[in-house]
Amino acid sequence: MNSDSIAVIIGGSHAASQLIASLRQEGWIGRILVISDEKQLPYHRPPLSKTYLSGEKTPENLLIRKPAVYEKLNVKWLLETHVEFIDRATKSVVLGNGERLKYDKLALCTGARVKKLAIAGSDLSGIHYLRNLSDAEAIKKDIKHGGRAVIIGGGYIGLETAALLRKMGMAVDVLVHSSRVLRRVTAGPVSDFFTRLHSQEGIQIHTREKPDSFEGDKQVESVICASGKRFLADLVIIGIGVTPNTELAEACGLPVDDGIIVDEFCASEEDRDIVAVGDCAKHPSSIYNRFLRLESVPNASEQAMSAAATMCGKIKPYAVVPWFWSDQYDIKLQMAGLNDDYDQMVIRGDIDNSRSFVAWYFLNGKLVAADCVNRPQEFRLAQQMLKNGINPSPEELADDNLGVKQLLELIE
Amino acid sequence: MPLITYIDHKGNAFEADVPVGDSVMQGAVDNMIDGIIGECGGACACATCHCIVEDAWFEKTGPASDEEKLMLEMSSEMQDNSRLSCQIEVTDDLDGLVVHMPQSQY
Repeated sequence: MNSDSIAVIIGGSHAASQLIASLRQEGWIGRILVISDEKQLPYHRPPLSKTYLSGEKTPENLLIRKPAVYEKLNVKWLLETHVEFIDRATKSVVLGNGERLKYDKLALCTGARVKKLAIAGSDLSGIHYLRNLSDAEAIKKDIKHGGRAVIIGGGYIGLETAALLRKMGMAVDVLVHSSRVLRRVTAGPVSDFFTRLHSQEGIQIHTREKPDSFEGDKQVESVICASGKRFLADLVIIGIGVTPNTELAEACGLPVDDGIIVDEFCASEEDRDIVAVGDCAKHPSSIYNRFLRLESVPNASEQAMSAAATMCGKIKPYAVVPWFWSDQYDIKLQMAGLNDDYDQMVIRGDIDNSRSFVAWYFLNGKLVAADCVNRPQEFRLAQQMLKNGINPSPEELADDNLGVKQLLELIE
Repeated sequence: MPLITYIDHKGNAFEADVPVGDSVMQGAVDNMIDGIIGECGGACACATCHCIVEDAWFEKTGPASDEEKLMLEMSSEMQDNSRLSCQIEVTDDLDGLVVHMPQSQY
């Protein structure tokens, strides 16, 4: 690497923002060019379904770093710019306008895009997805006190936006295709807790409802489900998951399987001058002994630190305990580890009558995850236990009479 | 613009001008100061921006909120004047603020 070396980053969100900073910290003295199809510099996405939608934050508040910081780091931006393809033979990327840009190291921070619901009437106005700032801005314009909102999807995005719209005075129906909310990310009893929580707050959750069409003149007026049920709507938000943006990688011959396959240093084994970071990347986890593609900010940031080292010819393996969080009403849900594979679950606290408990997940007697509802101390404890491979018994973890400090002593 | 001094676990001091209205965490992130990570972007969800406010300044920053305290209590390096730096908003009154970063964040 020398001062003429060029690092090109495709994508301009959380992964890119951390990658830029980490590249300079790792000693990248060459040029840094970021190509992003967004209008804005990288901004915090999690608040889009939380404090931004409720008007507590402005677009300026959302910026991960200020423009002056990137100037200081000597970064060149090509915003609202689309990359057409990657030519690995000549180590260059080709833009939509035909322009060809050379790279020495290439970082794919292409993220993910929302899955679309292709049913009759889906082009009516008032129907939204939520991924980008522009989506959130469009939703904001359609929020009106006393109006009706229908949320399609019972994942984090669906439930967070439902909670916000309710707080802002809308009547809210949530339509969930499966048998329960948060089905992909949590156990049945925790789903039941969230269903109860939302109904206590005045939201109707309808499971096993599959939207079949939207009705309205120009503006959406109702959602018709396959069951024949009709839900009136002034505003619809669809949150049914995302698809990783892997097309550029696939087209240039990099291994892809629901994510760009990388090693523990975030490099593609097919071409070690290319790294992939964030929602688009699938990495081997030494903790879970399988490949994981995670959709979370901490994952994007931590991977970026590892990828920056790789781009600078250093070694910094990525091996962290995944974690996620969600805010709904007065609930702070913090999740440590992965609970998609478990054979035992125990609850600490009163899941039926309080808004404060932990669900601990075990596989073959080994702690693999914890869902913490308004239990920040247990969350931190879970992170430490998972990181260090410490295994208290399910009985101990479930015993709410044992204080967190006592649990901490058990593991120390 | 208020000047904030961040002191790492080895005693090295880094100074940064941080705009009024930003958090002390954002000031560190914007100035590439190691030791304050801020993974959750200021949502009081991750406790990776723990700092220890220098005694003389603690009255001006005020103590941690209950929510902050719960997160902080799990750190072996918590002190009476520990705060999550994402929860300290920079004001003109805090011009000259000095914070220390715990070793565990390096």
